[in-house]
Amino acid sequence: MEEEKAREIVVPGETIENRKEFIAGEGTRKEGNEIVAERFGVVDRSTKLLKVIPLSGVYIPRKGNTVIGQVIDITFNGWFVDIRAPHLGFLTIAECGKRVIKEDLSEYYKVKDILLAKVKSVKTRSIELTMKERGLKKLDEGLIILVNPTRVPRIIGRAGSMVNLIKKETNTTIVVGQNGVIWIKGKNVENELLAKKAIELVSEKPFIEGLTEKVKEFLENEKAGWKK
Amino acid sequence: MKRLDGRSNEEFRTVEARVDVVSRADGSALFAFGNSKAIVSVYGPRQLYPQHLQNPERCLLRCYYDLASFSVPERKRPGPTRRSIEISYVMTKALEPAIKLEAFPNSVIDVYALIIDSDASTRCAALNAASLALANAGVPMRELVSAVSVGKLGNELVVDLTKEEEDFKVIKEGEEQKTTDIPIAFLSRSKKISLLQLDGKISAEELFKAIELGKKACLKISKIQERTLKKIKNIKK
Repeated sequence: MEEEKAREIVVPGETIENRKEFIAGEGTRKEGNEIVAERFGVVDRSTKLLKVIPLSGVYIPRKGNTVIGQVIDITFNGWFVDIRAPHLGFLTIAECGKRVIKEDLSEYYKVKDILLAKVKSVKTRSIELTMKERGLKKLDEGLIILVNPTRVPRIIGRAGSMVNLIKKETNTTIVVGQNGVIWIKGKNVENELLAKKAIELVSEKPFIEGLTEKVKEFLENEKAGWKK
Repeated sequence: MKRLDGRSNEEFRTVEARVDVVSRADGSALFAFGNSKAIVSVYGPRQLYPQHLQNPERCLLRCYYDLASFSVPERKRPGPTRRSIEISYVMTKALEPAIKLEAFPNSVIDVYALIIDSDASTRCAALNAASLALANAGVPMRELVSAVSVGKLGNELVVDLTKEEEDFKVIKEGEEQKTTDIPIAFLSRSKKISLLQLDGKISAEELFKAIELGKKACLKISKIQERTLKKIKNIKK
């Protein structure tokens, strides 16, 4: 654990900065000259716009997010999808990515089906989803794991470096939903489980520096164990 | 003069505070004043049903306070009582100003407080734990809430009453005088009062003194809460 860097952790109501030139970003507010944290998390001081990156919390949907969800209900004009957000996502017939001719919508997506979708818009009471884009589909094989949504940026890594490394080393296809649902599909179960282990390693240790190297080392060690 | 357990008048009991104690909850915390122990789990913000309870302007906060049946000397029948319903309500009112409820319209945040051991001031322990659990759950908050009980024992004002002190009676001028119990909750940053209850008799001047005493103790508690949340061990979930 010696690699752990002391990061600046703040609690709600704590003053982050009291100099005038800073601007209050996400997770903070301004009180006079002081910038005050409004969430429990790590301070991002990369620019003058101070932000608090939360360490926990539910998924807050944003327009354009790729999410993985489960169909939990069917109505006459679409599907309700649980995307682990404060509200249910709704996928209309027009946005489902298929030509719907039949009356019975369960012919297309059934209750309990897992869908890879995109957030089309976020309104106060509903989250509209779309599956019209390329690559958005029903996921019917592979492995699903759940992580805390605040760990997603770390799992993806800078420009996808982390997830691409795991993909390459384990020879799997991985889709990371912004809502903390991850889909892994590999040639065999061993590869999928190894990828799962690697992702869990990343999500459990968000504080370690040089995590990409660590994961690489971990994956190589694990694979060397197989050959023996 | 020392108190029954050797504390000074301004001293609260040994505090135990931990977060992430309930694995299935979005956020959870344990807070104990000596033998008064509270476990709080927070769920949400999540979808609210029945739909007529939804508020398009803000999130609903629901608190449930309950004593475990084994937490008191005489077994408590499980389920809500007149007392626990009232405490649930005052806890909701005490926590509401600290949370940014307007960020999640039409949803609900559930706060479940369970007292697993009781020795007076349980609502204060529950409030402190609830504040920790809410921050742990990543709920956007303006500030933390810290609570402590202040009591009038005879002529002395003391912080954090135990059950023994609460039941203590002083015979004064042939009249039996019971202990006055004042639970107080403060917001950590704006230093505003978010809960003030009074059970017993007290003069106005003494009440102001009691509030000042409570404020001092609450600020100490908010420092403890801050430290608890910041422990690296707790963050590596």
